[in-house]
Amino acid sequence: MLNTKDIFETIRMIDDENLDIRTITMGISLLDCADADIHRSCEKIYEKITRCAARLVPVGEELEKMYGIPIINKRIAVTPIAMLVAVSGGNPVLYAQTLERAAQAVGVNFIGGYSALVQKGFSAGDKALIESIPEALATTQHICSSVNIGSTKAGINMDAVKMMGNVIRRCAEITKDHNCIGAAKLVVFCNAPEDNPFMAGAFHGVGEPDCVINVGVSGPGVVRAALAKCPTEDLSTIADVIKKTAFKITRMGQLIGTEASKRLGVPFGIIDLSLAPTPAVGDSVAHIIEEIGIEICGGHGTTAALAMLNDAVKKGGVMASSHVGGLSGAFIPVSEDAGMIAAAENGTLSIEKLEAMTSVCSVGLDMIVVPGDTSAATLSAIIADEAAIGMVNSKTTAVRLIPAIGKQAGEVLEFGGLLGTGPIMPLRNDVSSEKFINRGGRIPAPMQSLKN
Amino acid sequence: MKAVVTVVGKDTVGILAKVSTACVEHNANIIDVTQSVMKDMFTMVMLIDISDLSTDFSALQNGLYALGDKIGMKIHVMHEDIFNSMHHI
Repeated sequence: MLNTKDIFETIRMIDDENLDIRTITMGISLLDCADADIHRSCEKIYEKITRCAARLVPVGEELEKMYGIPIINKRIAVTPIAMLVAVSGGNPVLYAQTLERAAQAVGVNFIGGYSALVQKGFSAGDKALIESIPEALATTQHICSSVNIGSTKAGINMDAVKMMGNVIRRCAEITKDHNCIGAAKLVVFCNAPEDNPFMAGAFHGVGEPDCVINVGVSGPGVVRAALAKCPTEDLSTIADVIKKTAFKITRMGQLIGTEASKRLGVPFGIIDLSLAPTPAVGDSVAHIIEEIGIEICGGHGTTAALAMLNDAVKKGGVMASSHVGGLSGAFIPVSEDAGMIAAAENGTLSIEKLEAMTSVCSVGLDMIVVPGDTSAATLSAIIADEAAIGMVNSKTTAVRLIPAIGKQAGEVLEFGGLLGTGPIMPLRNDVSSEKFINRGGRIPAPMQSLKN
Repeated sequence: MKAVVTVVGKDTVGILAKVSTACVEHNANIIDVTQSVMKDMFTMVMLIDISDLSTDFSALQNGLYALGDKIGMKIHVMHEDIFNSMHHI
């Protein structure tokens, strides 16, 4: 039987603590749409997406009403488009335009999968797709792009790392009149998960079913509110409180995921157990760190506190869900988190500290705005550092940097919406990495890859 | 299928009657009610059966939300599964 206290706890989480389902993401395989004629291929893609996802948005809205829980985004992830380019050849931007039309037709917030997986090398279609990313992102609104340049098994493809530095700069340059938004829709991964429902990195891996529903939950505000009730408790207790809260959040995601899958007639894939912040007040991962006891996020102790948070979220969530996947952990996107923004603005949170934090949390250097004159080689070197952390620690790391063209450290980029406000963070170490990046080649896979 | 209706706000005369009437209009059967008044803060939780609604669930929700606005109370109507899944293993 339900008790009144539990009922009001749930309502308070939703009303006051920003608990929500961040996204229901439908993964759709486009492998059966590949055709040697690019126009025919695009037609098939449009037909398949609008058929499979026709009811995605209405079903999301029905569930929102039924359970009284906001579902912020409805999204689609597709097979990496580079694979279709490999078959059809031609200008990959045509695919981007097709995906954009399909996204608008079904009314989703984002469509991810303008992607290439090049951790060991480039196959047909990969280079053409990567080179087309700036144009594809500048001429569309709903498309997100990702490139996987490394993995624990394969090592790091440094030729791709070099390319991506240039691509990120180009993305920012051609969208400089729109807050360099192109670069905010592009992620560079090491160990990219194939079932991640979160953007900008979502794509539908080749090992996935034809069509699948993945759910990403959110809820930093709920965790922070729970911790606020434990001002003096020791860290074992704090970890326990986080676990219990994560369990509740995830159960709700599981309910929405299974119900969405039933109503859409599509198998349920995974819950991504992530604490995804938004710029809204009270929905910040940085504020959890501060609640645990670091005065300002980025201060000494932040990495340890984040490691505990990330681990406790997983432990609590795992039992609450039948299948867990995606990124699963705490996100630390700077511009999307009110506490991170404040910490970056006052200089406590530096890019170096963020890099350390990425070794214990679920993603990487995310939504960080860097000075507009940052060179492509420096961007590549940052990607290489981050990929090395992911490769050696057998975890996903990602880089989503936005060079603020024409602006300097101390200024801000206003993206608006979920993407928030990005204070431009200085790169303190201004030495050249040009020679290292220009060497190219591959960083061999580490010993950790030899598990068989 | 059951749903939970919660009503919170300043206590006035006839809240239970008005909420019950709104449920009846949609043919929602009231299974259980608990209420408490602390000082003049009124809290009520009502469990209703929504299997034989005369309208659809969202019409019932909209009706109750409109009533909440009218009488100055915060009303929530949510399917019971969200509470069951969150608080029961």
